[in-house]
Amino acid sequence: MATDLEQARQSIGGLSVESVTETGEGRRDMVVNMGPQHPSTHGVLRVVLDLQGENIVGTDVQIGYLHRGIEKLSEARTYTQVIPLTDRTDYTAAMTGNQGLCVAVERLMELEVPPRGRYIRTMIAELQRLASHLIWLGTHAMDIGAATVFLYCFRERERILDFFEAFSGARLTYSYYRVGGVAGDAPPGILQQIYEFTNYFVDRLAENEELLTGNDIWLARTQGVGIISAEEAVAIGLTGPSLRGSGLAYDIRKAEPYEAYADMDFEIPVFPDGDVFARYRVRIEEMKQSVRIIRQCIEHMPDGPVNVQDSRVTPPKREVAMTHMESMINHFMWNIHSFPTPKGEVYSAIESPKGELGYYIVSDGSNKPYRLRIRPPSFCNLQALPLLVRGQMIADVVACIGSIDIVLGEVDR
Amino acid sequence: MAYMTWFERRVIGRLQVRLGPNRVGIGGLLQPLADALKLFFKEDVRPARADRILFPLAPAISLFAALAAFAVIPFGPTTRIAGVEVPGGIANLQVGLLYLVGISSLGVYGLVLGGWSSGSKYSLIGGLRAAAQVVSYELILGLALVSVALVAGTLSLEGVVGGQANGLPYVILQPVAFLLYLVAAVAETNRAPFDLPEADTELVAGYHTEYGGMRFAMFFIAEYVNVITVSALAATMFFAGWSGPFLPGPHWLFIKMLAFLFLFVWLRATLPRLRYDQLMRLSWSVLLPLALINLLATAVVVAVTR
Repeated sequence: MATDLEQARQSIGGLSVESVTETGEGRRDMVVNMGPQHPSTHGVLRVVLDLQGENIVGTDVQIGYLHRGIEKLSEARTYTQVIPLTDRTDYTAAMTGNQGLCVAVERLMELEVPPRGRYIRTMIAELQRLASHLIWLGTHAMDIGAATVFLYCFRERERILDFFEAFSGARLTYSYYRVGGVAGDAPPGILQQIYEFTNYFVDRLAENEELLTGNDIWLARTQGVGIISAEEAVAIGLTGPSLRGSGLAYDIRKAEPYEAYADMDFEIPVFPDGDVFARYRVRIEEMKQSVRIIRQCIEHMPDGPVNVQDSRVTPPKREVAMTHMESMINHFMWNIHSFPTPKGEVYSAIESPKGELGYYIVSDGSNKPYRLRIRPPSFCNLQALPLLVRGQMIADVVACIGSIDIVLGEVDR
Repeated sequence: MAYMTWFERRVIGRLQVRLGPNRVGIGGLLQPLADALKLFFKEDVRPARADRILFPLAPAISLFAALAAFAVIPFGPTTRIAGVEVPGGIANLQVGLLYLVGISSLGVYGLVLGGWSSGSKYSLIGGLRAAAQVVSYELILGLALVSVALVAGTLSLEGVVGGQANGLPYVILQPVAFLLYLVAAVAETNRAPFDLPEADTELVAGYHTEYGGMRFAMFFIAEYVNVITVSALAATMFFAGWSGPFLPGPHWLFIKMLAFLFLFVWLRATLPRLRYDQLMRLSWSVLLPLALINLLATAVVVAVTR
């Protein structure tokens, strides 16, 4: 029964996934509902699997269980007030959510963040990439049965969260970035600690790699599984490490450098195979590159202010606001109304740990976005799942979900 | 048996840079008791679509088979107490090995029926996986043990130990059989990396997804009893069981068993899980031919030398 709906469901981005009824002699033994309450769908993802024995003949990915209307809520909030909402999109990498918004608003307002601010932001973003990839590695390994790696990864991530706590006071929803800079300068001594951490981290990463990269069972479970070609990946809109696992060296940090990435010396790891193992290798290598970037940031950390010195977005200094009437009024106005942005629209994308995180803002000249649209990498990457699992087995579904590294908070927003 | 869970959780805790249970009692020693109590007092939930008779029966079959299999493991030599012959184990059968393999394959009925009667798809897939896996690896387990039995010339477990007590342990005479046995034993007991029937990240909990309270506990205990049985059997068949210098029999068996139990836990902490088809391919196209060749070679050597 190939209805139009069925066909529409099976055809994604001009590519058609073989429909349930047309493969496997038209036989389908069982429909299994994986999720939304399932240990390895990484949140509340629901995948309806058509099975023929243990083989998958059709997939139907259903989302929306974590929709909170973040884009709509943003329309009633000032730009500064939107920042905490962005924490709740990709909650495993809240810093990059903040960053995406701030970079977009800065581009809209044509603000230039001072060098120290840019370096701190770059360093934080790379630490966040490490933390996010650690969660990915841990859960991905656990999905495939290696439970120990999960605990090792969380041990390392804990250290990174300690740093974030020192910077922002929070361990999950940081709201550390601000339009034109960051909430506060780095606490004294922390840069040295982070540098020492990178040394420790490299050792620990090697330990995790030892458990997986050379492990025959791990190779058997990941090599040749969930293959997506470069053409298909581009057609789907796959970005980030998942795209680079298909052999395309596209990284926004290199393609359109933002923050301080233009000053940094790093490589984009690319693996051509397009399978789960290639995506795994990309992320592992990416962590090593992130460590390089963090070290460069610390070594070349410039002095100076961390926030842009622009009266439009920077609140007046406290001592001035307490002594001058006009500054006092300015201070009140800033806190109540925040700052208006020029009329216009902007799309700006950053390389989040999961891929291209884009913010599209339409401004009507007020202090709130008229429309704010988030282009979440997880949402677009999730589209690849039916392509990845075609012809695979049940056990491969969890490996494939893990390999595209999705976060449902970002998929549904 | 219950202390196996404590042992496993403490060891795996250590391997995973955490502590494991240490709150209930000294060093968490009362934890298994607390767990058992909790499970005992839990509500007995039966899904609406579950089979009325088979659903409660399945865990009982599993537990029965596991406990019955354990009965023939000899802990020490047969002794005479007040003129009565007291066997070193619970029972000393002449066909102990045959009995053990037979009874332990009964256990798979528990898994299959449990998976089928739950009326849940995850359970069903888990049950099917369990059936296919246990049946495949049962063969290899059996063939590996038969090679040893050929060398020992007896099916009585006590006889096997007796044969090793005076000579070499059979692990040296039958290294291939030992490795085959080890792999098959891990698969037979559904332990990592062959824990597909209850792969929690794929099938929620496999065949016992729908079971709770004491019924779940019965499956759980059965699994651990099986682990202990195969460890004890490995010690008996390949490492001369209870025989050893200085210490009395049961101590030696316990030490050797503990080494195997540690190996089981260690494997679980280290290895990822195989996929269903890979598991089957390993069994039928690698291990089975190897087991047959080993058996044939053993038979020829035994026939020539005897």
